[in-house]
Amino acid sequence: MLFKALGKIAQTFVVLFVVSVASFGLLKLAPGDPIQIMLGSEFSQASYDSLRAELGLDQPFLVQYANWAIQFVQGNWGTSYVARAEIFTYAFKEALPVTLTLASFSLLFAILVGVPLGVLSAIKKDTIFDAGSAVLALTGTAFPSFLLGILLIWFFAVKLQIFPVMGYVSPWENFWLGIYHMILPGLTLSTYFIAMITRLTRATLIEVLEQPYIAAARARGEPNWRVVWVHGVRNIAMPLVTILGLQLGVLLQGTVLTETVFNLPGVGQMLTSAVLGREYLVVQAGVMMTAVLFIGVNLLVDLSYPFLDPRLRTSK
Amino acid sequence: MKDMALDHVLSIKDLTVFRGAAKILDRVTLALGQGETLALVGESGAGKSTIATAIMRLLENARVTGSATLAGEGDLFTLSERKMVKLRGRRLSMIFQDAGTALNPSYTVGRQLGTTLQRIHGLSKAEAWKQAIELFTSVGINDPEGRMTAFPHQLSGGMQQRVMVAIALAGSPDLLLADEPTSALDVTIQAQIVRLILQLTRERGASCVFVLHDLALASQACDRIVVLYAGQVVESGPARDVLERHRHPYTRQLKSCVLEIGAKDLVAPEGTVPSHDQMPIGCRFCTRCPRAVARCADQAPPLVPARQTATGPLDHHIACWNPE
Repeated sequence: MLFKALGKIAQTFVVLFVVSVASFGLLKLAPGDPIQIMLGSEFSQASYDSLRAELGLDQPFLVQYANWAIQFVQGNWGTSYVARAEIFTYAFKEALPVTLTLASFSLLFAILVGVPLGVLSAIKKDTIFDAGSAVLALTGTAFPSFLLGILLIWFFAVKLQIFPVMGYVSPWENFWLGIYHMILPGLTLSTYFIAMITRLTRATLIEVLEQPYIAAARARGEPNWRVVWVHGVRNIAMPLVTILGLQLGVLLQGTVLTETVFNLPGVGQMLTSAVLGREYLVVQAGVMMTAVLFIGVNLLVDLSYPFLDPRLRTSK
Repeated sequence: MKDMALDHVLSIKDLTVFRGAAKILDRVTLALGQGETLALVGESGAGKSTIATAIMRLLENARVTGSATLAGEGDLFTLSERKMVKLRGRRLSMIFQDAGTALNPSYTVGRQLGTTLQRIHGLSKAEAWKQAIELFTSVGINDPEGRMTAFPHQLSGGMQQRVMVAIALAGSPDLLLADEPTSALDVTIQAQIVRLILQLTRERGASCVFVLHDLALASQACDRIVVLYAGQVVESGPARDVLERHRHPYTRQLKSCVLEIGAKDLVAPEGTVPSHDQMPIGCRFCTRCPRAVARCADQAPPLVPARQTATGPLDHHIACWNPE
């Protein structure tokens, strides 16, 4: 088991390397000259060349990549040309926690709502409740989140004035105020996931409830709630965790829109302005952070399988 | 008859089960005395398992008519689900065909037995653990303490079925339903498990319904045999009578297809069971019956005593218009 885990961790590093080379290369190919943007509309060839040399942009591709990679691993992510700030501070210490808070809050909320809703739909299969939850789930997946965000702001923040319109307060500094500011954006981002988790829970649980061990549990007199929650839900953990890991990409994608609508200073907002301003290094930092997050979470998903399904524990 | 009915632990009357338009059980009537062992035999699809599942009230997507009276509880089919939950595991319990899939793969076998003991007897965790080890010992699990923390997939098929037997007996039920408990096992283990179930139910004075497809095994292991064909009871009675003095043509066919060592030919009944949309209105066996007469196809034969003696009718019944 340990050997297997080490293999998976090694794989992860290979994937990270490929992602970093690809993102570095792709950005080099993108049109637009960062030096021109930095210098403004009027500049001399001499100042152009000296800035180019200063930034190392005159070096060959591989040298540029190696330089960047070495610096990157050391936490030396360079300076944002536009924000005139250390990217490591700006991206890792300031933007990332915002996105992580938003993403984990939304995911937690989606699980807390989606799983019970899916379980109820599964045990009330083919009833009005099930049909209603199916309609809600379809609406949830189809409804564009930016529109939902704007609607929520209009109704709860502007009309009723019970939630703040926008802005971010770190829950690490002021927990309740932070949560309070997270409710509307969290709701916006989690809609799709509530819908997806509901449907996934329903489908997998219906399949599990047809297994002989469910009938066997009933046959020894286990009450219905125990049959469903102890014997049923325990066995949907693995497919659920797998899909959630893979859907993390969609979640991170969703943070971009949500952060823009609610003006949260997260990675999504940082990436948007960096792409528009053609700030290679910031985009790279953003891509690498999201890649590490995505790959890391999926590594954790892989490593969690033996805990979720005893049959995958190879020992004995 | 009235006195006998009082002794019966379970008496099923006119049990009919519909699945959609198909009538998968047709007026099944049988009774089981205290401490008696009854075998339900027949080909696959005869409805043997359906009877067991119907008694447990675990049939899904089916319409059930008729009655199943459990001594002291009344008709099981009219009880509330709440009441049924209380009966399952305590008065009725069931052993499934394939223990490999009937045990939850996510929990250790000790936990599955332990929580059952805790729930049924209101024991503490430690007491339940102790009693679980005793039960594991009594069903012949070697190293019972070590096996407590094993997951189902870490045990052999025979051991898994022993665990199932232990769980089924945890609540000391009066009636044990064993649904082909050995069909997923090696031949050498089959006899062990059957013997184990019989020994344990006898020790506890419990009654047992065995679903089997092997007539020879049924006659050795059980007091009474009920032969089913396509959802109908064709013959029922004491094991020896059904095996040696059977009068229904289907019982003969079923008996003749038991392969004996030294037999020259493999005898198999001709034809197959008709599908439900082509099922005869009368005796369902008439399409394959060598003794079929004109009325068989459109008049269902009632279950009547097979023979009369000086002391009255024997407890041996057949449903046939032209018995042997």
